[in-house]
Amino acid sequence: MSDTFVQLTDLTLTYGKNIAVPALNLSIREGELIALLGPSGCGKTTTMRAIAGLLAPASGSIHIDGRDVTRLAANKRGIGLVFQSYALFPHLNAFENVAFGLRLQKLPEAEIKSRTEQGMATVGLSGFEGRKPAEMSGGQQQRLALARSLVMRPKVLLLDEPLSNLDARLRLEMRTELQRVQKETGVTMVFVTHDQAEALALADRIVLMQQGKIEQLGTPAQLYAQPETAFAAEFMGFENIFKVAGDSVQNDHGSLPLGYRPDSAILAWRPDGVRVGQGPHQGRVTACSFAGGHREYVIDSALGPVKANADIALPEAQIGDSLSFDLPQATARPLRA
Amino acid sequence: MRHFANWGILGLTLIFLIGPFVIIILAGASAGPNLAFPPEGLSLKWYAKVFTIESFRASFVLSMALAVFGTITALVLGIPAAYALNRYDLPGAETIRTIVAAPIIVPGIIVGLALLRYVVVPMNVTVTVALFMAHTALVLPYAVRVVSSSMHNLRADMEEAAVLLGCSRMQAFTKVVLPNIRGGVLAAFILGFVTSFNQVPVSLFLSGPGVRTLPIDMLAYMEITFDPSIAALSALLAFMSLAIVFVAERLLGFSRYV
Ligand SMILES: Nc1ncnc2c1ncn2[C@@H]1O[C@H](COP(=O)(O)OP(=O)(O)OP(=O)(O)O)[C@@H](O)[C@H]1O
Ligand SMILES: [Mg+2]
Repeated sequence: MSDTFVQLTDLTLTYGKNIAVPALNLSIREGELIALLGPSGCGKTTTMRAIAGLLAPASGSIHIDGRDVTRLAANKRGIGLVFQSYALFPHLNAFENVAFGLRLQKLPEAEIKSRTEQGMATVGLSGFEGRKPAEMSGGQQQRLALARSLVMRPKVLLLDEPLSNLDARLRLEMRTELQRVQKETGVTMVFVTHDQAEALALADRIVLMQQGKIEQLGTPAQLYAQPETAFAAEFMGFENIFKVAGDSVQNDHGSLPLGYRPDSAILAWRPDGVRVGQGPHQGRVTACSFAGGHREYVIDSALGPVKANADIALPEAQIGDSLSFDLPQATARPLRA
Repeated sequence: MRHFANWGILGLTLIFLIGPFVIIILAGASAGPNLAFPPEGLSLKWYAKVFTIESFRASFVLSMALAVFGTITALVLGIPAAYALNRYDLPGAETIRTIVAAPIIVPGIIVGLALLRYVVVPMNVTVTVALFMAHTALVLPYAVRVVSSSMHNLRADMEEAAVLLGCSRMQAFTKVVLPNIRGGVLAAFILGFVTSFNQVPVSLFLSGPGVRTLPIDMLAYMEITFDPSIAALSALLAFMSLAIVFVAERLLGFSRYV
């Protein structure tokens, strides 16, 4: 923890009487790319706005680079924020949008020009200097907003759902772009997303949030393979989550004997982890879809719907067919309650 | 048949709108001594005479000054008001909007009388100051309304972005908000200017010896002299308004804001 760069300590954020984020603790290392992941309304934007200084915390503290900035005005913190809506200045052309912050610093004209041009080149917008934001595509506007923040050489760059408004292709492009910019500039980055694939692909570490609290924090590999709670497991694609009672699993629909005795309160399986075509349990196929390398089944069983992926080599089952399956111990992820 | 009826309605509308204007231009261009339509011959002498009438010159200057400074004052008060009404969740914002709009709703006669009875007389302010106050108050609703509507689409996060790039709140306002509501401010100015310049009922109560706005002066002139110069002056004023609106439309697409 010696190289902590951003430190949130017992940070409590409220809107009037509503507590959006209760006592959040988080440390971020210098140069790290952190993803804030969580469902809508869990407090991701709220947390970002507090770090940026746009929202005063009800209690707790924020330290950046060893300095307490809790009471420091937003325009003195040296933090960049790329808004989900871009928040570009419509009356200024692309060049002036990027140069805006540099002009405020009263830098020499030559330096403003070179830094602005360099910033626009970094995000691949050279040649667009004279365009107004309204004359640019969504992806270009987004990159312009990124350049506008980057040229300020912020200590920390915050990005609120930076990729959410883009189509699939642009999204992939921007993903690599963000990663490249981050490696190139070494800036500490925090980005918000509610897309787990995006978080897994981009982040050094993922902060999974629920209702203003950190549900789990770890590397993408850790979160993917070792979610600790049912909420985290569900977010990471474990679609079959059941309570354990003795040597069986159960839910509101009923229970199934496992044939072994787990020592956790909850067990979860990805659809990939459920074995299909053999096993002690029977169910009826209620949905079947082809997904390239495998088929995705929904099997109606004593536990209600169980989601299972079957290898394409196995014979296809039709809707209404009876199908046997197994919930193996080897692929089960134990979760705490 | 439908087609014919549509053109008919359009034609009638145009006649109603433009007809009086044409009549006034022609009546002013009469060669005869009386205000009449159709004019008795054509000449520009009445147009020329307008410029020689001393009291018109004085009241024109007063009306101009009232319209310009009253409207600027209304904007100085109205822009922050519109900003606050848009940006902040003010308690009673609706009530404030209604109160601000009151001078549009309440007949000018009543506003004038009220100002005279409860402000001018008891507070003993001069007629010029009273006129200035009245015109500012009259224009204020237009300033708030028009500026408000141009601010409506302006997202708050633009200002936050400006702050994070180093602006103070005030700089964010002048560097980001103001440039983006420029058109609305100009529209409000023109609307306010024209409203103030043509204002009769309120000014009627607040005119004093030697202090008259142009429309009041024109009324007074007509009570004594009934020559075509009054029509000529009206036509000139109408052209002035047209010119202002035309230039504004050219510069900023004024009609988008009204
Ligand atoms: N301006 C506000 N006034 C009152 N409550 C708010 C305000 N903004 C957010 N909240 C509440 O605070 C909580 C956290 O909101 P926040 O915007 O941080 O969520 P989020 O994680 O960014 O969600 P999303 O993914 O939808 O953007 C929510 O319950 C929300 O209703
Ligand atoms: Mg959000």
